[in-house]
Amino acid sequence: MSESKPLPVVDFLKIPEDGDPYLEGYRCKKCGSIYLGERNVCSKCFARDEMEVIKLSETGILHSYAIVFRSFPGIDVPYISAIVDLDGGGTIKGNLINIEPDPDKIEFNMPVKITYGDALGRKDKDGNSYLSYFFEPA
Amino acid sequence: MSDVYVMGVDMIKFGRFPDRSVPNIGAEAALMALDDAGLGIQDMQALYCGNLGQANAMVGQRILQEIGQTGMPVVNVANACATGATAFREAWMSIKAGMYDVVLAVGVEQMGKGLLGGAGGGDGIPKEGLLGSGTMPCVFAEAGMEHAKEYGTTFEQFAKISVKNHHHSTMNPKAMYQIETPLDEVMNAEMISYPNTKLMCSVNVDGSAAAVLVSEKKAKELGMSRAVKVRASAMASDPYTDRDLVMPDVNACTRLAAKDAYEQAGIGPEDVNLVELHDCFATAEMLHYENLGLCNDGEAGRMIDEGHVELGGKVPVNVSGGLLSKGHPLGATGIANIYEVCTHLRGEAGKRQVEGAKIGMTHVIGLGTACGIHILEKTN
Repeated sequence: MSESKPLPVVDFLKIPEDGDPYLEGYRCKKCGSIYLGERNVCSKCFARDEMEVIKLSETGILHSYAIVFRSFPGIDVPYISAIVDLDGGGTIKGNLINIEPDPDKIEFNMPVKITYGDALGRKDKDGNSYLSYFFEPA
Repeated sequence: MSDVYVMGVDMIKFGRFPDRSVPNIGAEAALMALDDAGLGIQDMQALYCGNLGQANAMVGQRILQEIGQTGMPVVNVANACATGATAFREAWMSIKAGMYDVVLAVGVEQMGKGLLGGAGGGDGIPKEGLLGSGTMPCVFAEAGMEHAKEYGTTFEQFAKISVKNHHHSTMNPKAMYQIETPLDEVMNAEMISYPNTKLMCSVNVDGSAAAVLVSEKKAKELGMSRAVKVRASAMASDPYTDRDLVMPDVNACTRLAAKDAYEQAGIGPEDVNLVELHDCFATAEMLHYENLGLCNDGEAGRMIDEGHVELGGKVPVNVSGGLLSKGHPLGATGIANIYEVCTHLRGEAGKRQVEGAKIGMTHVIGLGTACGIHILEKTN
């Protein structure tokens, strides 16, 4: 039985036919601002049609976080919701894994890296599985 | 341009009214504000109505169907948690523009229980708990932790804000709750999103508030004794910041609106005697002490530790009990805050009266982001 290829959890997660998954950003050539997902106009400097597609870095530092103990029904808790500043620019949000969800164990500015894996077993209504990104201590 | 005055203002006691309709809840506050102004619906030249949950359902017109269909123009507004303040500001602007002399602003909301927010939208699979959390307690916890990172702000300091606001609400009969919550109780309550426990999250309630705004000419005609002058009405959206794709920025937006408001009023933060600010979560209130200039950056923790923001302190904050205990009916909050400040400026706040209050400020933030700030002044 052949497994169908997982789909990306968000549009800015790219899964090349041959090669490793990566996160894609759009960078304004005028001011350097980095966006997640496609756009044509820079909301910082207002330049039009100056966007270039870039590969985002897979390492960064923990800017901020919260530990979620209550979420919507069916969502496993606790988990760490993390805001990560990527090396080279761009900020993304995701789950920080492989560290205890305990404020005494988590340090601001700690180095983290991006890993990719199955989206916690979640499938869409057509039964497709998904690939997601996660952060873990570097 | 004419100065603008609040001639009548009121709110219902916040609570849960599942058997009533949204317009019915709004109509009650509208009638109370009209009574407070000594006017009738037939005297109103326009209605500005704020509601979020039924933003596409003509709530303003349906309120008039309950209290008097005069044919006046009605504008329905939705602007997240700044909805009520936006309705009030539109009313203010219509008088500033010279269009009207007497207008009504109403804010109303009927809420369900439970968590708001959530990164669940779009195609594919739910993202909540997979790409972090979009729940409001978490989003504001992340904003608070940014402050903790910068200044070493502690869980206990955040919790003290909730102790203070719950204490204040014991003196406010219109608050949802009038219950003291000691520090250990706040800190040991169910953790929702660290560092926000359940008692550090605003209460989802149903409620409404309304205000009658008039021109100076009309105010003089009606009598100034209880009129409150609107010294500033400011609104800002979120300016570009590096992280705002993933971290709604409540700080930059508030700072922009605050700067505008102080300039309009020609005053500084030191002139403000009381503030009703957007404590949707305890972590949020901490940020706004600095955002509104009530203290310097990095001093917010001291503001709560040293009691400056308590009733009797240098600048009491959320003496109504705030969203944490008075409750947070989204569309009504921005006018309920104005009711609270006006009540103090009129010297009618009873046990929680801020003595000698002459100038007060209201602040709301709706994520997305909209910030509304009003500065109000006693007239005599």
